[in-house]
Amino acid sequence: MQSPKSPVVPAAVATAAIAAALVLAGTGWLGRSPAGAAAAALPNDDKTILHVLNRIAFGPRPGDVERVKALGLQRYIDEQLRPERIADPNMPARLGALATLGLSNREIADTYELPQLQARQAQKKDAAQAGDNAPAAGDNVDKGRMPDPLQQKANRVVVELSDQKILRAVYSERQLQEVLTDFWFNHFNVDARKGPDRFMLTEYEREVIRPRVLGKFHDLLEADAKSPAMLFYLDNWMSADPNGPHKQPMAAPRVGRGRFGGLMFPPAARPNAQGKNAPKGLNENYGRELMELHTLGVDGGYTQQDVTEVARAFTGWTIQNPRLGGGFRFEPRIHDEGQKVVLGHVIKAGGGENDGKQVLDILATHSSTAKFIATKLVRRFVSDTPPPALVDRVAARFRETDGDLREVVRTILTSPEFFAPEAYRAKVKTPFEFIASALRATGADIQDATPLVREMQQLGQPLYMCQPPTGYKDTADAWVNTGALVNRMNFSLMLAGNRVPRITVADLSTVNTILGDDVSEATRSTIAKATGAPQMAALTLGSPEFQRR
Amino acid sequence: MLSRRIFLKNGAFAFVSLGFAPSFLTRTAFTQGRTARARQLIAIFQRGAVDGLSVVVPHGEGEYYRARPSIAIPRPNAGDGAAIDLDGFFGFNPRLQPLKALWDRRELAIVHACGSPDSTRSHFDAQDYMESGTPGVKSTSDGWLNRYLQARKVEAATPFRAVSLTSQLPRMLQGVAPALAVNQIGQFGIRAGQASDMVGASFEAEYAAAADHMLNGTGREAFDAIKMLKVADPSKYQPDNGADYPRSPFGQALKQIAQLTKSNVGLEVAFADVGGWDTHVNQGAGQGQLAGRLDDFSRSIAALVTDLGDRMGDTVVLTMSEFGRAVNENGNRGTDHGHGNAMMVMGGGVRGGHVYGKWPGLSVDRRYDGRDLAVTTDFRDVFGEIVVRHLGVNDARSIFPGYAVSPAKFPGLFA
Repeated sequence: MQSPKSPVVPAAVATAAIAAALVLAGTGWLGRSPAGAAAAALPNDDKTILHVLNRIAFGPRPGDVERVKALGLQRYIDEQLRPERIADPNMPARLGALATLGLSNREIADTYELPQLQARQAQKKDAAQAGDNAPAAGDNVDKGRMPDPLQQKANRVVVELSDQKILRAVYSERQLQEVLTDFWFNHFNVDARKGPDRFMLTEYEREVIRPRVLGKFHDLLEADAKSPAMLFYLDNWMSADPNGPHKQPMAAPRVGRGRFGGLMFPPAARPNAQGKNAPKGLNENYGRELMELHTLGVDGGYTQQDVTEVARAFTGWTIQNPRLGGGFRFEPRIHDEGQKVVLGHVIKAGGGENDGKQVLDILATHSSTAKFIATKLVRRFVSDTPPPALVDRVAARFRETDGDLREVVRTILTSPEFFAPEAYRAKVKTPFEFIASALRATGADIQDATPLVREMQQLGQPLYMCQPPTGYKDTADAWVNTGALVNRMNFSLMLAGNRVPRITVADLSTVNTILGDDVSEATRSTIAKATGAPQMAALTLGSPEFQRR
Repeated sequence: MLSRRIFLKNGAFAFVSLGFAPSFLTRTAFTQGRTARARQLIAIFQRGAVDGLSVVVPHGEGEYYRARPSIAIPRPNAGDGAAIDLDGFFGFNPRLQPLKALWDRRELAIVHACGSPDSTRSHFDAQDYMESGTPGVKSTSDGWLNRYLQARKVEAATPFRAVSLTSQLPRMLQGVAPALAVNQIGQFGIRAGQASDMVGASFEAEYAAAADHMLNGTGREAFDAIKMLKVADPSKYQPDNGADYPRSPFGQALKQIAQLTKSNVGLEVAFADVGGWDTHVNQGAGQGQLAGRLDDFSRSIAALVTDLGDRMGDTVVLTMSEFGRAVNENGNRGTDHGHGNAMMVMGGGVRGGHVYGKWPGLSVDRRYDGRDLAVTTDFRDVFGEIVVRHLGVNDARSIFPGYAVSPAKFPGLFA
């Protein structure tokens, strides 16, 4: 069923658009050999421009190919590498209604978390007095309870952050920055469902990730290591020297999944806590993932002994008070002051907070890190099977430039491999890339992105809720399955039929052209036979060709 | 034709009479005609950490009653809300009465004091570990059930080989092997109102012709699956043997699992989850919060078992929860996060009527950290035994990386 507001474009008009697309010459840059490409200036044919827009942006909007053509592809790429110089006039209005985006962890905790904590505490007291029939405190890990209004209000924080992610991907002119923000958040993944991380991700993405995606890797790594979001997610905030003086009474961080911060509700109020929140000692979680996932890679040449030594170095890197939105704090009383040996480097005893910084220096400059980061970026921009020669060149650039991510990305985006025929449509879109590119292709007007946040869950990639620290996979096998494909087709139908609440697609007449001329005969004729522009658009967005970029 | 006979015999899915027989179904039917019916596993996750000590009650241990002055399940024959005795030491929560017949038939086994070697008391981390099957290692990207699907490749796997009755694929089933998450099987399909059939046919044509091998193959399977489920109208489904499913989401999920099972679409691994177990406050005893959740839980499972009838001979139903709860009740007549817990394993091939695992005792000096039921059986030994002895994987090492899966450590759930 079409909604009344669906625009009705005569099929003939849309067919003409396809026909026009088909006439476009298919003999562009992408047909050339890598060797020839390296020497020449960047081409400016439509197919190459589409390719670039599908890789460094979230796909083309109506008119984008023409705009980039007029600008020149080389200049477009150069511009995108300097997002701070790109005017982004529409974003403030698009994001204006999302009140939590600019808030700090502490502000969010004060406004959204504290009332909930206090209500729970009061409810617990009441319940204990009332007897067996009173409801229990809610718990977001444990489904099957009635939602409470304060919980729902608190949930808005992650919903708004998710709205923002979609809106930027669709509307920001700084497309490469958004692509890279998605990439680096995923690289340094934190799941919003882990305790207070739900109110830490707004600041995390805004202050730690987005400003540094084209900066120095070392800066990004250190900012990440000190972020409350990561300190909590990978448990480093509660990692303590097991033999330290904190064994005596002290205000050590409360360890574990206590509901309340220690400062608010002293242990005396929790008669049967039985020390479940007592500091346990060394926690190797962050130390391991720092090397395996953030820097060296799993085969990067470290041992279990290195994991332990790194964990020791980071003891004392903690959070002022996680439940109340506190910031990074170095706590000497739980720091292991002894000597550490990390990957053969000696870190002298007594270094304090500097131990962790030394580890970051060692890791950021390690050749395995250069190779690991190069491989992941090439996988994102070029192919699920990264060409080894390109990975080597990108890793070399990483080392030469002291991890300058702008130069690293530039090396990929100007490489012959990036423009090689094998790279064209070599990537299957993630659900996020699919949704963002569909919204761009249809020129959708999003009055409220929240329905799309729910769609992302249906499509299997709930935003900010990837459980393992690996982040979501960036290869086709993770995203191509029967359920997911059917969901993509249904989303295409809903979007093109104007059935996604508070999202309007106005002019679908050019949607067909976004696939360029490289379309199977079946897709071409199926689209041509559709009845009406919405159905044509749906059959385009749900087609096999549109699932790739 | 063999496949034809099988389809015609099956009322709910008489594809042949509709002129439709997807290729993978023919393969499945063929396989089934030759060999025994495929083994099946139905995994149930109790999210939120159920209090195993009040589900399978150690009524023979006085410490249980000392630790829980207001919420203990009374000893058997102690009147209303008393435990149902199982073996003189353990008893069921009275709300597990619907499962007692299974125990008596020796088709239900319990593994008590079972859990993770990792000490976490975070729901988040503990669920993660139980689903990834790698406690303590967070970077595992896939779940152990998915690694099982990878380890035992099935030539004629259908899109329904692994199905989760949830809106999102659970961590346990995530990975490179295909698995389907579908909340309501009747709603799986192309949704375009009156144009659904026509639009569906158009999409099907696009994917059928795609040179793209991956999207072509998956697209074909998707449309086969849609047609198949269209025939299976859940609203018309009639459970067998008078099985009576609760109308709860959990009961309805299990009902759909039974429906898929009986429609012979190649279902091998099914998953459902059920919440409401995080009873920090007013847990209740023979009645109350926990009892209410157990009522839905046990009636749903009992209905599933009844409905599946003699198919339970090829089926194992496994229940799990991320950790148990502290031995002592807290100041709010509830229980806080603990450690060891009880799992249930049901099925015709199970050596039931027995509580497996070494019972560590509840006295303070026998507790984990002085507060929780200790873990004496690693959950991977339970999963491992099911994977090896029930599902027939010879080498389970790839399913539980970093763990020495060994029959010597299996609880002995299967002969």
